[in-house]
Amino acid sequence: MGSNPMPEFGSFTLLLALVLSVYTLVMGSVALWRTRGGRIDPGASRLGETARRAGISSCIAMFCAAFALVWAAFTNDYSVSYILHHTNRTLNAGYKFAALWSGQEGSLVLWAWLLAAYGFVLRLRHRVDVRLTAFASVILAAIQVFFLSLLNFAAPPFALQPGPVAQDGFGLNPLLQYPEMMIHPPMLYLGYVGFSVPFAFALGALMMRYPGEKWIHITRRWTMVTWLFLTCGIFLGAHWAYSVLGWGGYWGWDPVENASLMPWLTGTAFLHSVMMQEKRGMMKSWNVWLIFSTFMLTILGTLLTRSGIVSSVHAFASSNIGNWFYTFIVIVFAVCLFTFFKQKDHLKSENKLESLVSRESSFLFNNLILLVACFVVLWGTLFPILSEYVQGTKVTMGAPFYNRVNLPIGLFLLFLTGIGPLLAWRSTSLRSIRRNFILPSIAMGVTLIVCLVVGIRPWNAGDDLQAELFSLITFSLAAGVITAITAEFLRGAGVVKTQTGKNIFASTVLLVRRNTRRYGGYVVHFGIVVMFIGIAGGAFNQSREQEMGFGDVLTLGPYKLVCQSFTQDSNPNFDTEYALLDVYQGNKKLTQLAPEKRHYTASDTSSTMVALRSTLASDLYVIYEGKNPDTDKPIIKVFLNPLMNWIWIGVLTVVVGTLLALVPNLTRVALPAKVTVEVPAGVEVHHA
Amino acid sequence: MLKRWGMGLMVCLLAVGMLGAGDSTSRFNRIGHQMMCACGCGQMLLECNHVGCPDSDRMIGELRAQVVNASGDGSGGGSDTAILNWFVAKYGATILAAPIRGGFDRVAWAIPLAIFVLATLGTAVLIRVWKLRSGQRAVPALPLGGAGADAMRERIRRETEY
Repeated sequence: MGSNPMPEFGSFTLLLALVLSVYTLVMGSVALWRTRGGRIDPGASRLGETARRAGISSCIAMFCAAFALVWAAFTNDYSVSYILHHTNRTLNAGYKFAALWSGQEGSLVLWAWLLAAYGFVLRLRHRVDVRLTAFASVILAAIQVFFLSLLNFAAPPFALQPGPVAQDGFGLNPLLQYPEMMIHPPMLYLGYVGFSVPFAFALGALMMRYPGEKWIHITRRWTMVTWLFLTCGIFLGAHWAYSVLGWGGYWGWDPVENASLMPWLTGTAFLHSVMMQEKRGMMKSWNVWLIFSTFMLTILGTLLTRSGIVSSVHAFASSNIGNWFYTFIVIVFAVCLFTFFKQKDHLKSENKLESLVSRESSFLFNNLILLVACFVVLWGTLFPILSEYVQGTKVTMGAPFYNRVNLPIGLFLLFLTGIGPLLAWRSTSLRSIRRNFILPSIAMGVTLIVCLVVGIRPWNAGDDLQAELFSLITFSLAAGVITAITAEFLRGAGVVKTQTGKNIFASTVLLVRRNTRRYGGYVVHFGIVVMFIGIAGGAFNQSREQEMGFGDVLTLGPYKLVCQSFTQDSNPNFDTEYALLDVYQGNKKLTQLAPEKRHYTASDTSSTMVALRSTLASDLYVIYEGKNPDTDKPIIKVFLNPLMNWIWIGVLTVVVGTLLALVPNLTRVALPAKVTVEVPAGVEVHHA
Repeated sequence: MLKRWGMGLMVCLLAVGMLGAGDSTSRFNRIGHQMMCACGCGQMLLECNHVGCPDSDRMIGELRAQVVNASGDGSGGGSDTAILNWFVAKYGATILAAPIRGGFDRVAWAIPLAIFVLATLGTAVLIRVWKLRSGQRAVPALPLGGAGADAMRERIRRETEY
């Protein structure tokens, strides 16, 4: 053992975690086999218990491995190749910790660690259903064996750098040196990895022919929390791109961004359609395949990021681990397919859909739209490969393709977000439709007229015709959906007010607490609508680029920017050039902005630091593009992005709504005790 | 009648297309947003601003020149396709931000549309078939307070509680 034992310790703990995971997989499977069909076998039960404890221990081993890597980063141990390539001495502590997920091997350690942590919680909570949890535990162990095999044999994070130990590292990619990068990747990974749990439960429930829908109740919180993490991860990434990449946008339809969006879309579809199984015993096969697909898409996303099969600015350097992922996806698909066909008769629906105008059919269409959107993203991501295969040349699938194809789909989804909750389960009468839809329709009409009056007229927009048309439709639909959601709250609160005599605010709170899932869902929908409004604001973006010497003025929209000075500075980590710009609206000075360009010494790379003035109405987004070598004056590019903040507010609302939906109900809604119940065919049954 | 509708649709499409024809600045912006920067940063040509980009400044200059040349007097009367073809010939097909060259490129646009239409129709047909299969299932009235009524109430609660 050398002077610093941490790399050896890390390698050992990784190997130990692999051995423990293999034990959990093999002995857990043997125990399940010996107790199949309800057989009593105390020996097998004890064996199963050892497998469970081995699974718990593997989490501790993985924690030690992750700790060893972080320790190596903090102690500047450049004998470890990974640390040499992703850190340097002057990097601050937060970014040294972030080095854990800044490269291929480190991010695989994070993946395996998070999976072990999810497994840890699952195995600790095994009493919720011992046998089902044992199945899920074995499936999680199988996934863990794959990732740990990768870490031990294909992408070892503790590989030693040959030759003498370097005095300093090559540094962290400058684009990653931003506070959000300390939270965005872990969030995204928590989302990615988290879908392994509902996948394991679904596959396990199918393997053991689990009776009823209890597995859905068990996994509901897992799925929602995972979905929440993925949502946060995706939008933190979007916010990082907006704040750091300096092109004025937040989503570039890069293959790696797409890779995170696809499981989010199928996961969202699953969260909706699983309600049909929970309530009416329908769509069982569909739901099982939705969660299977979601898990496989998370693996596909990882494959796309790491194999180099698609070009991406985010991708890790192409490596030889692509074949491992191909093999793993094929095995997962084969196991899912085999189990599905073997247990297909277990997935028969208990009920059939009774009307085109019902909550069930709105869920079906919602699933359809989400899956088509997912297909479009997958198609766009993989089409360059197909094109190269067919015609010998790669094509680019950039924003124009995705925007044109996905915008109508998004609007359809927004429409369904509004009407879905207004429809009753089983069937909705014409009278009910008229009653529920009149207010939203009026709101839509009024908004449409207001938009036209204030000047949103697509036919006058020239090149921006498509963007303005979609914005007009989005604003109108958004008004309708918000009205529908508000009306639902008010209607419910009115009933509670009548029952309890409380004021409308207290009644609304009580209403929400009585059925957190339903009203949390409405809040999530509201957040989605707010996000759509923010996205629609993009149609009215403006930008201007100008060379700005001392005292020069740039005008954009209502703002006037005056250059006060431009200078440069240095610190041990980077050299910087920046300009100081006073921002005026009319004659009133609002603020001073300082866009910069940094040059990082260790990695010999540059990046821009955007200066931002953000309000509810718009973002003033200023970039220091560099200096004109002829005049030595800075070139400043300014964007005016309307409604950008609405996107982030929408995301926060989605987070609040999801958390609300996770809170247990205060009381159960009671039905009147004695009534004659008659349910003729096609009856309309409203939700409580 | 169908022919008249077809002609009407064509006129509308032409009108929409004509709306896109503006001055040379608007053409410059439009075409610049249909191309990627050749440096491999994955950004649109007019949005590529990363420090030290070896290509974007040159390409933007070429685009300006092409727009002016194509129109002769700078009024923007030339063909966008010709300009895009010039860039494709120089930098390869990956320079286009979306597949618009015809031929196999059309498949990129057609497949999502086809999937969307087929999936929508398929879902509608599925719902129709299910509805027909479910038939007219009348449930007889249950006596007050009976065990069947409790079961039915529980089912209604389960099926309707969101």
